[in-house]
Amino acid sequence: MNDMMKDPMILRSIIMDHYKYPKNHKLNDSNEYIEKHMASESCIDDIRVQALIKNAILEDICFDGEACTIATSSTSIMSDLLKGKTITDARQIISEYRKMIDQKEYDEELLEEAVAFQNVGNQANRIHCATIGWDAIESLMEESEKQNG
Amino acid sequence: MLNVKKIRKDFPMLSNKSKKGHDLIYFDNAATTFKPQAVIDAVCEYYTSYSVNAHRGDYELSYQVDQQYESSRKTVANFIHADVKEIVFTSGASESLNLVAYGYGQKYLTEGDIVLSSEAEHASNILPWMKACEVTKATLDFIPLLDTGKIDVEAFKLKMNHHVKVVTLAQVTNVLGYVVDIQKICEIAHEYGAIVVVDGAQSLPHMPVDVKQLDCDFFAFSAHKLCGPTGVGVLYGKYELLQMSDPFMFGGGSNARFDMCGNILLKDAPYRFESGTPAIEAVLGMKAAINYIMNIGMEHIHAYELELREYLVAQMRQLENVVIYNDHNDSGIVTFNIKDVFSQDAATYFSDYGIAIRSGQHCAKLLMNKLNTSSTLRASVYFYNTKEEVDHFIKICSQINADTMLDVFF
Repeated sequence: MNDMMKDPMILRSIIMDHYKYPKNHKLNDSNEYIEKHMASESCIDDIRVQALIKNAILEDICFDGEACTIATSSTSIMSDLLKGKTITDARQIISEYRKMIDQKEYDEELLEEAVAFQNVGNQANRIHCATIGWDAIESLMEESEKQNG
Repeated sequence: MLNVKKIRKDFPMLSNKSKKGHDLIYFDNAATTFKPQAVIDAVCEYYTSYSVNAHRGDYELSYQVDQQYESSRKTVANFIHADVKEIVFTSGASESLNLVAYGYGQKYLTEGDIVLSSEAEHASNILPWMKACEVTKATLDFIPLLDTGKIDVEAFKLKMNHHVKVVTLAQVTNVLGYVVDIQKICEIAHEYGAIVVVDGAQSLPHMPVDVKQLDCDFFAFSAHKLCGPTGVGVLYGKYELLQMSDPFMFGGGSNARFDMCGNILLKDAPYRFESGTPAIEAVLGMKAAINYIMNIGMEHIHAYELELREYLVAQMRQLENVVIYNDHNDSGIVTFNIKDVFSQDAATYFSDYGIAIRSGQHCAKLLMNKLNTSSTLRASVYFYNTKEEVDHFIKICSQINADTMLDVFF
């Protein structure tokens, strides 16, 4: 992996960039999209994540809502990273991401910009913020599989 | 004047450090408060030396527990200037408020009646009344707030009419910490024949309260916000209103007699509301907490908190990165944001330096319309906080901005 991705200044700027200018930050009206509303009592983050899943491929992912820096940027990066992937590939990336969050060994190559959240475990009460969008897309993939059962 | 240095020694929590070794600065006292050793001891003593049920059995220990349990009721009554039979023990302010909405509201409200509240209320004082209105077809209406977020008596007057049967308000609102003139509200409401329910969760721990002088009809509070145990609180009600109300729960302890035909003879208030084995150790802990606080003196506590608040706000006003939403008020609650930083990100930054404050999304309507923000930070001080803690808080506060907020992750 590129050494740049270990430089805290670079990692910070990735997070700030996705917070200030989130990708795919607009919900879609089309009824082809499925949607998951993520809101919890213990946290302020309140986002909606949508996915267009066809033939087990994540053709589009978008989101909107009110959330902190970590939740907004991690969801933005997730949407960028998983868009166009098959459900199988997406699951592998999510699994590596969760390993990283839990501070276990993980495959950096698969995570690209998402490695910016490698230290989120330093603030244990914020792990939820770094996974909120990822939890949403996982649940949407399950929903899609059930629908096409 | 308070001897805060001496007081702090009574609270074991205050000598704890954060994970990174910082002194713990606890500014989330509107959420809950720390417990002095006297309260911890009272709870432990029950399990060590008594441990049996109240209102049951004829043996020595049971009698002793009974005496202590009932003397706690006397302590509470004395604290808020009520009669002992007007004190109902509950699990906290939420249960107390629910008890009024279910046991009185659902019983007496009818279609066309109005329940009047405000946009600044805590969910615990709104949701039970929404339910009561749904069941009885009464209407829930709100007193409009001033631009500052305050509840104004004049605005309240304009909302009053003979259809209003219940007025339900917090004496100190939980987001902005404004003190509501409950005595005046009661006077006006009573002219129209309405009863007044007061959520005292944020007021009673911080200022002297005399329910007879306020002339409120119900008053609810939790022990844990006044240095007592969690899971216990009180509903004060005027005796005749308590006698008119139904219990929220039925069971052992609430009834005097019942038969298989469905006839139930309920005990008189307050016992009709206290079914099942209560949190006895918590009630005894609450008594110890009230004694501890009364020993310091509510007047002193109130004055010191206001002094500390003024000291805090005066310095916050000097910080260019801070927006304060309740610049002037009479409680220890300071509601603010750091410019360009989402509240939760700022709270994490504070936490990294051992400072506990609340970030929260509040009643959307209130904040969106009055404050133009969807979430805020809330610092709330109590009598064991110090000016030195405030100084440290200000130093950390001044460091937070859009560039530094992520420091704590790297």
